[in-house]
Amino acid sequence: MTDTTTDTNITIQQASGQEARRTELPLVRYIRKVNAITTMEVQKLMHDQWEIVTRSIQPVLWLLLFGGVFGRLRVLPEGFGSYLDFVAPGILAQSVLTIAIFQGITVIWERDQGTLQKYLVSPMPRSALALGKGLGSGVRGVVQALAIAILALLMGVHLVANPVAWLGTIVFVLLGALCFSTISLVIAALVRTRERVQGLGQLILMPLFFASNALYPVAIMPPYVATIAAFNPLSYMVDGLRTLMIEGQVSHYGLGLDFAVLVVVNVVLVWWGAKLYPRVVQ
Amino acid sequence: MLDNHQNGTSSTPDQTGTEPESDIIVATYGLRKLYGDFAAVDDIDLRVRAGEVFGLLGPNGAGKSTTIKMLVTLLPPTEGRATVGGYDVVKEADEVRRLLGYVPQALSADGTLTGFENLMVFAKLYDVPRNEQKPRVEEALEFMGLSDAANRLVNQYSGGMIRKLEIGQTLIHRPRVLFLDEPTIGLDPVARRNVWKHLDDLRRQYGTTLFLTTHYMEEAEELCTRIAIMNRGKVSALNTPEGLIEGVGKPEATLEDAFAHYTGADLGEDTGGDWRNARSSRRTARRLG
Repeated sequence: MTDTTTDTNITIQQASGQEARRTELPLVRYIRKVNAITTMEVQKLMHDQWEIVTRSIQPVLWLLLFGGVFGRLRVLPEGFGSYLDFVAPGILAQSVLTIAIFQGITVIWERDQGTLQKYLVSPMPRSALALGKGLGSGVRGVVQALAIAILALLMGVHLVANPVAWLGTIVFVLLGALCFSTISLVIAALVRTRERVQGLGQLILMPLFFASNALYPVAIMPPYVATIAAFNPLSYMVDGLRTLMIEGQVSHYGLGLDFAVLVVVNVVLVWWGAKLYPRVVQ
Repeated sequence: MLDNHQNGTSSTPDQTGTEPESDIIVATYGLRKLYGDFAAVDDIDLRVRAGEVFGLLGPNGAGKSTTIKMLVTLLPPTEGRATVGGYDVVKEADEVRRLLGYVPQALSADGTLTGFENLMVFAKLYDVPRNEQKPRVEEALEFMGLSDAANRLVNQYSGGMIRKLEIGQTLIHRPRVLFLDEPTIGLDPVARRNVWKHLDDLRRQYGTTLFLTTHYMEEAEELCTRIAIMNRGKVSALNTPEGLIEGVGKPEATLEDAFAHYTGADLGEDTGGDWRNARSSRRTARRLG
């Protein structure tokens, strides 16, 4: 951030508003803008330490209460390890989902506050705004992942001790958060009121969660649920997390497919969200 | 009234080559916005010259905000077109966005960030070179008298401070035109005077054209070099404040009289109080059943 040598051949036109176009590649400029938005979200998180605590409580309770009880039942077929091992990544994904799916409320909030209008009159691509906000939601997810990982370790979950896998875990958390927060953005742009975003979020939360492999493996699902799960992005997020985080888990869909599905879904969603963003203020 | 000032607008080459009226910085041509059958803005033609302080004055619902939203590229016009700096607000929205600053009606800063952080984001979004970002943010805060509050969260700011922060935010990318929608609404008289002073300083120092909406006569009279009175989506009069007052044709007329004259509003209407308040409280009463 303190590099001062890169911007030498820039002429500033006083009061012209015609800001010097950087000599950098458009892609670099784009990434800078995404980064500016995400940084802002991280700063908000830093100012509100309570948010970090409260965001960590929910997954911790899931793991302690739900995981603790179901771990005593023998619900899994052979080859899936302990239930606690199995369910920990599912609970992480569920926590990320629960928070991201209501991200649209902050979009409405920013509109009422007037800040969204100012982002939209800046020369920033709308997709950079959508992407930056989604990744900001992802950073919150990473905080949750940390809380869950620590507790899981204490509860004897067999976590993979490999930094590359941890990095992969972070990537999947970011992709998942981006996906569900952008779904919420799309909802917000379509329905435009806080109450409706909340209502629709609640409505899709349950099927997204239960028609996925978060709590039980695809192998024991009735075929119709397995089919729905295959169209549910949460399944790919959970599958990826499970494979990367837990010792001895075998991917159901394949790690490469998990990643590819999430990337493609995100590209489509961010494109759509960017297209709809201006509707929020109209 | 405000005296003349230097402006640095001639330094920007007109890349479209299609704008002979190089002095005109904001122009609308038969601009119209329809919501169903209702014309919020109805066939407006305006020319604003560089360096002007141009005011849209009118009652609530006259179409002032809608006009501004179309000019700042937030709302597509239904018919007609508009240009800022010679660029079309629809077809060349990205160019237009680089030229303008916008202060919306709501006090719009992020309360969960500090003043400094609020401005820094915009330095990045407007492609301010990295080594200049911090100095420009600091300069803007200094200019608006907010240096001491720079590292406080904005939710601890007063309304007047937030408005100043917003104006400061637009300084960062040095816009040629600054659009302000009701810049002093909800501010106390001292804060209002303070904002006026800063807007005047900004115009002198940076040569920024100001385009504002207001329904405060005093504000229009204090700041504007020309005023367009809007009523029901149309411009019913356009002149200097003095010209508008003369147009009433009565000795000792005020801008308020001119406003009543051109909008057909009877300022002494029913309750004897501010007709605008009366109208809005009636609306509230209706809403509450």
